[in-house]
Amino acid sequence: MTEKVLLVDDEVDFLDTLSERMKDRGINVSTTTSAEEALKKVDAESYDAIVLDLMMPEMDGLELLKAIKKKRPELQVILLTGYASVGKGIEAMKFGAVDFLEKPADLKVLTEKIKEAQAHKMLIVEKQVEEKMKNIIRVKGW
Amino acid sequence: MKGNWEVLGGAGLQFFGKMSASISHEIKNALAVINESAGLLEDLSLRAEKGIPVDPERLKKQSGSIVKQVRRVDDIIQNMNKFAHSIDDPVKTIDLVQTVTLVVGLSSRFAAMRGVVLAYQPPPKPMMIQTNPFFLENLLWLCLDFAMSTAGTAKTVNLLIDSAERGARVRFTPLDRIPDTTGREFPEEPMKALLAALQGNLNIDEGNHELSLSIGAAPVER
Repeated sequence: MTEKVLLVDDEVDFLDTLSERMKDRGINVSTTTSAEEALKKVDAESYDAIVLDLMMPEMDGLELLKAIKKKRPELQVILLTGYASVGKGIEAMKFGAVDFLEKPADLKVLTEKIKEAQAHKMLIVEKQVEEKMKNIIRVKGW
Repeated sequence: MKGNWEVLGGAGLQFFGKMSASISHEIKNALAVINESAGLLEDLSLRAEKGIPVDPERLKKQSGSIVKQVRRVDDIIQNMNKFAHSIDDPVKTIDLVQTVTLVVGLSSRFAAMRGVVLAYQPPPKPMMIQTNPFFLENLLWLCLDFAMSTAGTAKTVNLLIDSAERGARVRFTPLDRIPDTTGREFPEEPMKALLAALQGNLNIDEGNHELSLSIGAAPVER
């Protein structure tokens, strides 16, 4: 199954090359350099994973992570950043990031993380659907 | 004049750490681009080996990207080197124009993170002053940090250098939120200690929305 991924980073050259390599591997990739646009995309589309830089102009990556998780708690966010700090990594995990990778990263490792995130998201969505169905059955009294 | 070394030392270490962290982050970002470009070139080589035609434009684009990032890292490391060596001499004759250029370069990432543009056109002629280079860089950064936090909707900070009565002056303009509404004390304790050490003076001109830093010629004694 094709993974649908959103890459959020203010480095245009990085986004261009990484997305080109991911597309060559059959991944459906969208990119944005803006935190605001990322939130709009999250509203409009459904992604299996979001790969997010921690240091973004205008909105800090952690703030963006919190905003994304508030809008779509089931979304799987992987942080990919040059901001090497264990403290920030722990903070990001506390706010709901599923993984934290340091730049420069190995694409093979990143792709594996995306696949894991996709599988995890499917489980969450399945659980949500199950809960919804149970609720409908309970309310309707079938 | 004797300096308040406890405050100067603490502020200096904080400044050095902040700039070093920013530099390492910038280098890692550039390395990440180079890493992806190298990876893409490898992907294309594997395709060529399998007999799949490769568009030469894709190769040119990636080699161009690598060259661009190498230049970027070289600039960052040159700034890092100048910055590190500014601790070498407690008193030195320096070109203020070059020092402001260095501080603007070191601060560019912080400005970008705040969405602020630093508009600085270095004057064509050098402006030599005798001072403590590291303390001056620290003070310039603190002024610039304050100017960026009060830049308001314009989101631009202009830096201008001119000569003053007893040395030189660096002006930061336009500041939209004067008096300061950021809730910060101004000048803060480290700024006061640096101003005393460098025999400098800060002035806020509300009419012109301007912060100006005058630097005296005589540096601090240890």
